[in-house]
Amino acid sequence: MADTTTPTSFQEIILRLQSYWAAQGCAVMQPYDMEVGAGTFHPATTLRSLGSNAWAAAYVQPSRRPTDGRYGENPNRLQHYYQYQVLIKPSPPQMQDLYLGSLKAIGIDFTVHDIRFVEDDWESPTLGAWGLGWEVWCDGMEVSQFTYFQQVGGHDCKPVSGELTYGLERLAMYILGVDHVMDMPYNDPTAPIALTYGDVFRQTEEEYSRWNFDVADTDTLLQHFKDAEAECQRILAAPYDDPKTGKRIVMAHPAYDQAIKASHLFNLLDARGVISVTERQAYIGRVRALSKACADAFVASEAGGFTPEAA
Amino acid sequence: MPDLLIELFSEEIPARMQARAAADLKKLVTDGLVEAGLTYASAGAFSTPRRLALTVEDLTADSKAVREERKGPRTDAPAKALEGFLRSTGLSQDQLERRDLGKKGEVFFAIIEKPGRPAADIVAEVLENAIRNFPWPKSMKWGSGSLKWVRPLHRILCILTDEAGAEIVPLDVDGIASADRTEGHRFLAPQDFAVTSFEDYSTKLKRAKVVLDAAERADHIWADATSQAFAQGLEIVEDKGLLAEVAGLVEWPVVLMGDIDETFLGLPPEVLQTSMKEHQKFFSVRNPKTGRIEKFVTVANVETEDNGATILAGNQKVLFARLSDAKFFWENDLRIAKGEKMQPWLDALDNVTFHNKLGSQKERIDRIAALAEEIAPFVDANPKLARQAAEVAKADLSSEMIYEFPELQGLMGRYYAEAAGLPAEVANAAEEHYSPLGPSDDVPTTPVSVAVSLADKIDTLTGFWWIDEKPTGSKDPFALRRATLGCIRLIVENSVRFPIKNLALVGFTENMMSRLKEDNIRQSQNIADAAAILSVEKEEVERLIQGEFRTALTVPSDKAVIQFFEKVMDSSVSSDLLSFFHDRLKVFLKDKGIRHDVIDACIAMEGNDDLTLLVKRAEALSETLKTEDGANLIQGFKRANNILSKEEDKDGVSYELDPKVELAETDEEKTLFTALDTAEAKITPAMEAEDFATAMAAMAELRAPIDAFFEAVKINADSQIVRRNRLCLLNRIRVICGGVADLTKLEG
Repeated sequence: MADTTTPTSFQEIILRLQSYWAAQGCAVMQPYDMEVGAGTFHPATTLRSLGSNAWAAAYVQPSRRPTDGRYGENPNRLQHYYQYQVLIKPSPPQMQDLYLGSLKAIGIDFTVHDIRFVEDDWESPTLGAWGLGWEVWCDGMEVSQFTYFQQVGGHDCKPVSGELTYGLERLAMYILGVDHVMDMPYNDPTAPIALTYGDVFRQTEEEYSRWNFDVADTDTLLQHFKDAEAECQRILAAPYDDPKTGKRIVMAHPAYDQAIKASHLFNLLDARGVISVTERQAYIGRVRALSKACADAFVASEAGGFTPEAA
Repeated sequence: MPDLLIELFSEEIPARMQARAAADLKKLVTDGLVEAGLTYASAGAFSTPRRLALTVEDLTADSKAVREERKGPRTDAPAKALEGFLRSTGLSQDQLERRDLGKKGEVFFAIIEKPGRPAADIVAEVLENAIRNFPWPKSMKWGSGSLKWVRPLHRILCILTDEAGAEIVPLDVDGIASADRTEGHRFLAPQDFAVTSFEDYSTKLKRAKVVLDAAERADHIWADATSQAFAQGLEIVEDKGLLAEVAGLVEWPVVLMGDIDETFLGLPPEVLQTSMKEHQKFFSVRNPKTGRIEKFVTVANVETEDNGATILAGNQKVLFARLSDAKFFWENDLRIAKGEKMQPWLDALDNVTFHNKLGSQKERIDRIAALAEEIAPFVDANPKLARQAAEVAKADLSSEMIYEFPELQGLMGRYYAEAAGLPAEVANAAEEHYSPLGPSDDVPTTPVSVAVSLADKIDTLTGFWWIDEKPTGSKDPFALRRATLGCIRLIVENSVRFPIKNLALVGFTENMMSRLKEDNIRQSQNIADAAAILSVEKEEVERLIQGEFRTALTVPSDKAVIQFFEKVMDSSVSSDLLSFFHDRLKVFLKDKGIRHDVIDACIAMEGNDDLTLLVKRAEALSETLKTEDGANLIQGFKRANNILSKEEDKDGVSYELDPKVELAETDEEKTLFTALDTAEAKITPAMEAEDFATAMAAMAELRAPIDAFFEAVKINADSQIVRRNRLCLLNRIRVICGGVADLTKLEG
């Protein structure tokens, strides 16, 4: 039986989401080990939403948005934060009910709260992806993004995935009744060593804000961007058949890592303020081209639905 | 006669699409039913966030059998003709009848029999069609299916109800089978239930906490909100768009009124209102005594155990965060407005591109300032003030508030100009210079605002004309038609006497000079462009830009400058812009009930680029044509003109001499002489005074004598002297009437 009491800490909310989605049959995955701007970038979402194979995954993803850094001073803006991400393919008919069940699991009581599905279509120019759905409001506050993916990496999604993204800090602050993110209990506030979100992250927010805005070497970043782009293209140019093992090995994931890298480097360059308005579109276009090429590679791989018979 | 009930139950439909979707469902289904041979008494469509519903009353139970006979080609016609006929009828040749039509030969006939069909069959077919071809602005697929709907579709309710009871119309659309069941409110009454008729359906829905009718939900919201506000001596700021949207976000509206924290009450009311509306879809609650926004109204979708206390607390919290942002922007902006007189904003506009061929916003502002100063004397504005107003009117575009809420542009400009301690006229112009935006938007009337608003629009028009980016067909990405209409209304409604050609001249000149100030690489191209547009040598353009060139339209001193002006005035780009103005003017006057030929008759006259004069003339002519004398006079004028033109062609001469009254033979002829003298004596001074109404009234008085003249007098008299004199008399009619407007352009 699900716990219907109100959680008392940030981590309890995460733990409850983990066990709820595990109980719904999702593979509970771990965060991807790279810097990304949102949970969507995790290959468990981007790549796995492609092709015909069924999929169900849930995970926490640390996300970085260098331009949102406020040295830990803003009550709800952070350059590093957490998203909770769920992807189910094909989207089940009861997707909305499953989602509402997760809100209940983290202590949102529908007899006193007002939950609304408000039109909000999602689009990621760097991923070449879009979908239709809603932002979900709880008492006027946006607590999740709910999207039916229609296209990813330029490919039509068939079948369609249902995707959920929870902005964990904001959601937790609301449930826990906290006004400043740094005051939020990270672990059990009655624990012998009780830690707040600030105890864990205030210093890193400061450090990264300084680095993101003023110190990061833009020439190096720019070179890294070019390197990642070139490496991505080089990986994808390799023939599918591996001469050493004699196996067909499409290197979609290693190539996609480089695309993710390029995307994050672009965000860092943007935070340093060295990308002009006109250049911006060009950079986004370059990252999108990489994402699309990776998507093409993935659908030519087994996990992407490729079968030797069909070829 | 059965009644039909349809409900398409889905996940949440975007609020902005609901009303249109309900109307589309009604049209698609009822059109389909009628086309299939059914009739009905009435139909009604409804929408909520999760459902589209349609009720059709007194539907015929079956379509009638139809026997249609169609005549085909002759039996000896080429094979192609027969093939086509078979294709269009769907029959084979042996099913055709041959009939002898006598003289017309033997002809094929097709007899097409369509048996009657029960309504249920037709409804199933029509509804499936409607679902599969529904015109959603954006639709999607879900799961493994290929059906498209605005969001996943879950249920199809479709029943026909007559005295014997309700029956499900069987259909299945990609695995969604029709039934007689629906669901109530998502949280308050989620159980599903069966329904037997529209009445039963709407009653049970209401019991299940769903108000089916969007208008009823909106009425409820408005009534409840206004009465809660009234109880505290407050009023709701009316917003029909927001009301419709909010009614589309809830199935069971619950109106809650909440407080705005004290710290935010000092924000401009428009900022509070915009922030609350855009982000939270809240209504603003105003204190009518102070005009301040003091509270908000939010509309929840549920009734709760704590009467909305938790919901309201949550909403207040979100609002607090939002308004903290707004307050932060406002205070930062005020610091720059007060402390630095907005200068950093103006500097920043140097880095904002207006259009890659028309330079930055800063360059544009420089041009508008020069134009406003030139225009000022013609609209009774102080030129210095007009320049100053134009220089700061767009400063707010760099402010943080406008970055967050672009729709507040202009309005914030006024607040910030006031904060900077600028004159009231300048602050006014910052807000008003964008107006009029639409045909029903108010036109600025204060002189400085008129000058800046005109300058803004003239710069836009002449700039885009100069780089040849004119509207084509339905494409008008820079809203140049709107800018033109704006100019027309500013000029006409303020009776501004500043001919368009001269306005265009200053605009073109400013634009050209601003282009020629660019860096060297672009400059030679820009000089070449300018030379091409004006059909002059490049050196001539170069000579001009080396000199101390000021447009100074009012006192052009330099001869070269005057010559140059003439080139601009005569260029095709200038006349093209003028005819664009005339086209827009026709649309504008047509809406005021003035015929296009009346406008043409006035455009054909001198001074047609003085729009105030042109409109006055057209209005007077239009009024004259409505009188019996006026309408008949036109006939008389045309008759005189036709005869005269014909005779002139024949004789190869123009009869332009003064006719002599001594040569007049009949009384009618003599009366016409006197009448023309009288008319001319009235018309000439009236025209000089631009009193078109008096001039045209005098002209209309000619109707009786002209009619009598034609009745009694034969123009082509036997005596050549008499004939010539009469033709010269006709010429006087032509000259006198033609001085008022080019009456030959009038139709009928």
